[in-house]
Amino acid sequence: MNPPSALARSAKRVVMFALAIGLVVVAWELYRNLGPDKGGKVFGWTVLPKANARVMPSVADILGRFADPLGRGGEAMWWFLTKSAWYTLQLAFLGFLIGSLLGIGLAVVMSRLRIFERALMPYLVISQTVPLIALAPLIAGWGGKLSLFGWEWQRWTSVVTMGVFLSFFPVALGTLRGLKSAPAASVELMDSLAAPWRVTLVKLRFPAAVPHMVPALKLGAAGAVIGVIVGEISVGLRGGVGRPIIEFARQFSSDPAKVYTAILAAAVVGLVMAMLVSAFDAFLMRRRPKEAVA
Amino acid sequence: MNPVDAVAGDGAAEEVGATAAADAVVLRGVSKHFNTGRKGTVHALDDVDLTIRRGEFVSLIGPSGCGKSTLLRLIANLIEPTAGEVVVNGKPARQARRDQDYGMAFQQAGLFDWRTVARNVELPLEMKGWDKARRRERSAEMLRMVKLDDFGRHMPWQLSGGMQQRVAIARALASHPPLLLMDEPFGALDEMTREHMQAELLSICASQGTTVVFVTHSIPEAVYLSDRVVVMSARPGRITEIVPIGLGAGRDDATRDRPEFFAGVTAVREALRGVEGMAAMGGVDDR
Repeated sequence: MNPPSALARSAKRVVMFALAIGLVVVAWELYRNLGPDKGGKVFGWTVLPKANARVMPSVADILGRFADPLGRGGEAMWWFLTKSAWYTLQLAFLGFLIGSLLGIGLAVVMSRLRIFERALMPYLVISQTVPLIALAPLIAGWGGKLSLFGWEWQRWTSVVTMGVFLSFFPVALGTLRGLKSAPAASVELMDSLAAPWRVTLVKLRFPAAVPHMVPALKLGAAGAVIGVIVGEISVGLRGGVGRPIIEFARQFSSDPAKVYTAILAAAVVGLVMAMLVSAFDAFLMRRRPKEAVA
Repeated sequence: MNPVDAVAGDGAAEEVGATAAADAVVLRGVSKHFNTGRKGTVHALDDVDLTIRRGEFVSLIGPSGCGKSTLLRLIANLIEPTAGEVVVNGKPARQARRDQDYGMAFQQAGLFDWRTVARNVELPLEMKGWDKARRRERSAEMLRMVKLDDFGRHMPWQLSGGMQQRVAIARALASHPPLLLMDEPFGALDEMTREHMQAELLSICASQGTTVVFVTHSIPEAVYLSDRVVVMSARPGRITEIVPIGLGAGRDDATRDRPEFFAGVTAVREALRGVEGMAAMGGVDDR
């Protein structure tokens, strides 16, 4: 029994990832080219009419746009979007970091006493049912009006706040569930050793929570990206991918392929965030049984 | 029950010697009710008296719901009695727990997946604030004792069920507590491993002079291991009989073929039969 080396395993993952993307590209192009002109039925399935270049621009078209200059004589699109994605990634990461800490903190408080959970949970749920779009103008309005300890509230801070807003909730729920997942016998063991609550939290509850926290962190990371992009759009912050998404969308009828470039850039931001969480997961779970990983 | 019921004062006791030394565990009029004051009050234990001498191996056996695990948890101070007094190692149970006067092992080994075998054994020592070098030394010693010398750096999930349970025993005894509390520790093991572990447990406890309170529902296991078998009945949980087992020290596989062993098994089985009859009647009579 020779387990494959770490290098071979990561190589395999890269290949599988490329294959998965290739499959989507092939399906996209096949449908563009082979879909029935007026729709109809294939093996009893209703098929929508074949898409035209406006609805489904070809992959080559989209990739071509990355090479085009932005506007007249501007920098190349790919460079502009890379910079935008990097900017958005930083804001999203900051929002995710603060949101995760907030979520974990809330989970710890709620796991400490049932009454805290009962008191806090309704507010957390309500906070997530209010659409971000409704809150965005409010948070955006803090820009330039609020100052904390002599530090002026910036427009990008409003954007990060919206990332925090969408990321803390799944992290709080997942962590709470994880903290409660420690087996009763292990909790009794810590009690029998007269371990104070804080020690049990660090030595037992948090390690036991990791498998529950990872999916929650992935949701939180995705939430932070969405929150930040929506934030960029509603605050009107330049520099990130939010602005090109909304601007290119206005040119949809004339240049549909261009819209997809900004969408892909946003997707890459989400992907990088998910990879960061996966790396964190792999690090923490490196010595645990593989089958326990959800 | 025990004529030498001396819970001696501390000072003079040491000079007088063994007879005056505090008993390992003393329970006086202990009751535990769950859901008190509400409609479905459960009398898990009612007015239990029991004294366990130092170095004694005592098993608790009885039908499910007889409160044997509750009794063990009361001794461990994981729950508080509704009435009565629990004295462990000459102190109130709560103080004994704080002082780590006992180690505990459960049916599930309950090892921490994220710690190496050695670091699992070291957990109680961390709580005591031992430094790293001293912990290393002790965990190596404990692993030698349970014959897992080479597995200190393994992760628990790489070990078989029997090996994991041995680690759990090493962890329970790591701080050399005078008392070991076990709740069906071999319940999840196959018969062969189980008999092997029983013999090992006896030799370990004999070498350390450890007092053991052992919850089980296997009659042969209780008889093979114990100096006394405490037979309990359910609803309300009570001690109905205490069966002394005269197998003496130095038990081995041959012990299981001795007539005294069979006599013990028969005695415990008969005591349990009486219990089941009573329990059935109690069930009718109660509600």
